[in-house]
Amino acid sequence: MKTFKIGGVHPAENKFSAGKRIIDTPLPKQVIIPLAAYIGAPSVPVVAKGDQVKVGQLVGKAGGYVSSNVHSSVSGKVAKIEPALDASGYKRMSMFIDVEGDEWLDTIDRTPDVVRECKLTPEEIVKKIADAGIVGLGGATFPAHVKLTPPPGKKAEVLIINAVECEPYLTCDHQLMLEHSEEILVGVTILMKALQVNRAVIGIENNKSDAIELMQRQIRVLSFQGIEVQPLKVKYPQGGEKQLIDAITGRQVPSGALPIEVGAVVQNVATTFAIYEAVQKNKPLIDRIVTITGKSMLNPGNYRVRLGTPLKNVVEQAGGIPADTGKIVAGGPMMGRAVASLDIPTAKGSAGVLFLNEKEARRHAPSNCIRCAKCVSACPMGLEPFLLARLADRHMWDELEANRVYDCIECGSCSYTCPAYRPLLDNIRYGKATVMGIMRARNAKK
Amino acid sequence: MNVIVISLITLGVIGALAAVILYFVAKKFYVYEDPRVDEVEAVLPGANCGGCGYPGCHGFADACVKADDLGKMLCPVGGAPTMEKVGAILGKTVAAAEPTVAVVRCNGTCEHRPRTNEYDGVKSCAIAHSLYGGETGCAFGCLGLGDCEAACQFDALHINPETGIPEIDEEKCTSCGACVKACPRQLIELRKKGPKSRRIYVACRNKDKGAVARKACEVACIGCSKCVKVCAFEAITVTDNLAYIDPQKCRLCRKCVAECPTGAITEVNFPPRKEAVEAASAE
Amino acid sequence: MENKLLVSPSPHVHGGDSVSKNMYGVIIALIPAYLTALYFFGVGAFVVSVTSVLSCVLFEYLIQRFLLKTTPTIGDGSAVLTGLLLSFNLPSNLPVWIVVIGALVAIGIGKMSFGGLGNNPFNPALVGRVFLLISFPVQMTTWPRPLAFNTHYLDAETGATPLSFLKGGAFEQLPAQMDLLLGNIGGSLGEVSAIALLIGLVYLLARKIITWHIPVSILATVFVFTAILHAANPEVYASPLVHLLTGGLLLGAIFMATDYVTSPMSHLGMIVYGIGIGIITVVIRVFGAYPEGVSFAILIMNAFTPLINTYIKPKRFGEKKKAN
Repeated sequence: MKTFKIGGVHPAENKFSAGKRIIDTPLPKQVIIPLAAYIGAPSVPVVAKGDQVKVGQLVGKAGGYVSSNVHSSVSGKVAKIEPALDASGYKRMSMFIDVEGDEWLDTIDRTPDVVRECKLTPEEIVKKIADAGIVGLGGATFPAHVKLTPPPGKKAEVLIINAVECEPYLTCDHQLMLEHSEEILVGVTILMKALQVNRAVIGIENNKSDAIELMQRQIRVLSFQGIEVQPLKVKYPQGGEKQLIDAITGRQVPSGALPIEVGAVVQNVATTFAIYEAVQKNKPLIDRIVTITGKSMLNPGNYRVRLGTPLKNVVEQAGGIPADTGKIVAGGPMMGRAVASLDIPTAKGSAGVLFLNEKEARRHAPSNCIRCAKCVSACPMGLEPFLLARLADRHMWDELEANRVYDCIECGSCSYTCPAYRPLLDNIRYGKATVMGIMRARNAKK
Repeated sequence: MNVIVISLITLGVIGALAAVILYFVAKKFYVYEDPRVDEVEAVLPGANCGGCGYPGCHGFADACVKADDLGKMLCPVGGAPTMEKVGAILGKTVAAAEPTVAVVRCNGTCEHRPRTNEYDGVKSCAIAHSLYGGETGCAFGCLGLGDCEAACQFDALHINPETGIPEIDEEKCTSCGACVKACPRQLIELRKKGPKSRRIYVACRNKDKGAVARKACEVACIGCSKCVKVCAFEAITVTDNLAYIDPQKCRLCRKCVAECPTGAITEVNFPPRKEAVEAASAE
Repeated sequence: MENKLLVSPSPHVHGGDSVSKNMYGVIIALIPAYLTALYFFGVGAFVVSVTSVLSCVLFEYLIQRFLLKTTPTIGDGSAVLTGLLLSFNLPSNLPVWIVVIGALVAIGIGKMSFGGLGNNPFNPALVGRVFLLISFPVQMTTWPRPLAFNTHYLDAETGATPLSFLKGGAFEQLPAQMDLLLGNIGGSLGEVSAIALLIGLVYLLARKIITWHIPVSILATVFVFTAILHAANPEVYASPLVHLLTGGLLLGAIFMATDYVTSPMSHLGMIVYGIGIGIITVVIRVFGAYPEGVSFAILIMNAFTPLINTYIKPKRFGEKKKAN
């Protein structure tokens, strides 16, 4: 069984919502659509306060190359455009739309029929993906079209579909594969065409054996050419782009380089589904699957949510906030963001909402580092977390750079494994941000 | 006996050889340094705080010796008296610098600014700031985790456990600027100390709209511009829903303090107001 | 929800490992060796070990409480472990007062003077042991003979250890290999039974408390080095198997050299460290003045640990191989 070579941990899986059918969430009274994503330039609004919009209508235009279009997920009237709190804990420019009915743009094909044939050229496919505002739905929300346009002189050899879902608790990608396997496979062929590659590998961890079997059967029965499913040994953080490429191809992306350096392009499985919908059904990115879960959750499950729906509404569908909640995490427990309130919109990167009780959530008081080197063994990038955390705490930026803090993928394996409960990643993340700022400033000077 | 003699001779030869080597090495690697650098360094405070912008007192002394005039050189710790001494040693003129002191532009105490969540990460403002808006509804205010306190080398700044906000000891503050750099929210400003240490400033950095700011904190600046209208010296400007008082233009008339509806404008070291004194004596 | 929601940076879950779990894990791994010690050295082993553990814990408590004025952390098991390891390195007929001095040096000088757990450059138990070895050479090198269900303590019948036979070149007096395996030989109370110590090693590896790198590299180095010597001149140099099974080598390689705090952090560094210990041990045993060198070898390599950590880094992800 394949997996990545360096480090890794095995968190308890706790996939309470596994196998729960995707449920549609009712429309809220108002949606809040963020115009700025985590990565890239903010979008520029193309409608104004008071304008009527339809489902799927463009409301924000990409504000640069690494930026994405934003579409209305509902029909109704633009109430206001002003900063609103999102999962980052800060306010970002957002568009508030009051929902009136559910009127879709005529161009969108809303039938459930699978459209397999795609006659577009690679350039047309990439353009359509960019127009539909599709970003990486795994959480990083990097615009999908950028990845599909390799820099000049580089050629992709293999397309890797990230269906690992290595974060504990989350099951949205798993369920999506069970319910939309054919659409996903058509999405893969579209991506292969866009990249002009004839090989694609879908990486799935073997705790999702039903999805592996289903995908393999569909490839065989529906005769998809060049697509294979690669079962992977369960290990966190296998969903990390570099780790997944290592696991599947055995090639390691060098420090500071993009996956294309080793001939690979990685797309998340949910992104692939969204790309299918955009290219074959003309449907821009206006909804996504969100896992609502937690030990005390009444109905943990997978919900299809229109983007911009307040998370509060989605959680109500799953039985409301459990009484013993101590921490609410937007995303998975390893890399998600703790939020202070559920009055935040469902964003393109919101894969889940996780409720942890006080006992699970509260951190233990840290004690002295006993130099057990368990963080060194756990680090999937072969770094020395204990050293980086100490250097960051002492603001020793040059030494941090020399010890390659910029390679850290912030997976949290070090903090997870530390027997002295040291908050290693807190310090390392801060050190990494500072060092990368220094490096950027230096490169800009050159 | 023989053994002792041999040992003595051997050791003596080794010693002599080492001395010769040391002599040549010292000659070869000799670095000339202006003797005045040491003289200047002797009158500096020796705190090596870096507040002057140079790497420690020695670096500052070196820069003073090399500088054409001392107009732009200032040791914030020693202040004007120290700079005069430096000027005397080097025979250069010193610009008269106005003494400044650090002020904290946030008054969001536990009482004024209710907590909405509990931060459970590393006790560092920089880390909390990069994570989220903070424990209160105000994403601009003091996080109270003490990065400034850790940065202060003069024991002049402490987080008050009652309020959760740093307090500055004017006597000890040398205005070195370490806390200004340490605060990830730019809450600390070096302001002119003022006559009799009297100062007026806006103790808020909240750029949210008035209603939002007010909801998060009772003493937030709501950007109402009443202070701008009442100021006779055009010292106050409001940008992004936030007022700022220019210390160079402010004449300390205190009209804005009385006008501010939320009490965001703070005055320090003024005697009690007449009306207040009268009211107190009437009781 | 009465309480306010918690907010912290990710990750939001922890693996559940803890310092005390690791410490008590090592203590559990020491149980087989302790049982054999109780069997062969009886009352003496019991008195020495209990004294050592209790005084280590007490000294740690007193120093933290009254000298450092911090909250005592004796509950984490590290002082218990230091005490137990110290006693394993002592002869079972050692007077109580010497044991207490050893504990004081181990905890006071070996550990607390550097700032407590995690900051000590040398293995505290070994600091205590070597201090006693130098200060009380006679008592520390007079080992009782093993005796089933021994009831003697200070009055135990004494005899030489296998290593002193090696030193003297009296190979014919060496105990049978079965006795070496079981522990029916003279020596410090915890070092005699090879099988019991190896059971401990298996437990430590199974629980992932330690990795194989340090013990295997030490044992392999000693084996190879002594095998070469033995092949060169079997008259003078004993067989490698005898070297592996005698003295404190197994105890040192499995329990002392693998001390988290004083061993290197990277796997390659661990192997370098292990090889260093192996070489120094054999050099002291074969060419040095002392019959046993494991303690000194570990302490010497402890001193090199920071250097190893500085120069030997773990293999980075995506690092180009130098050969290409």
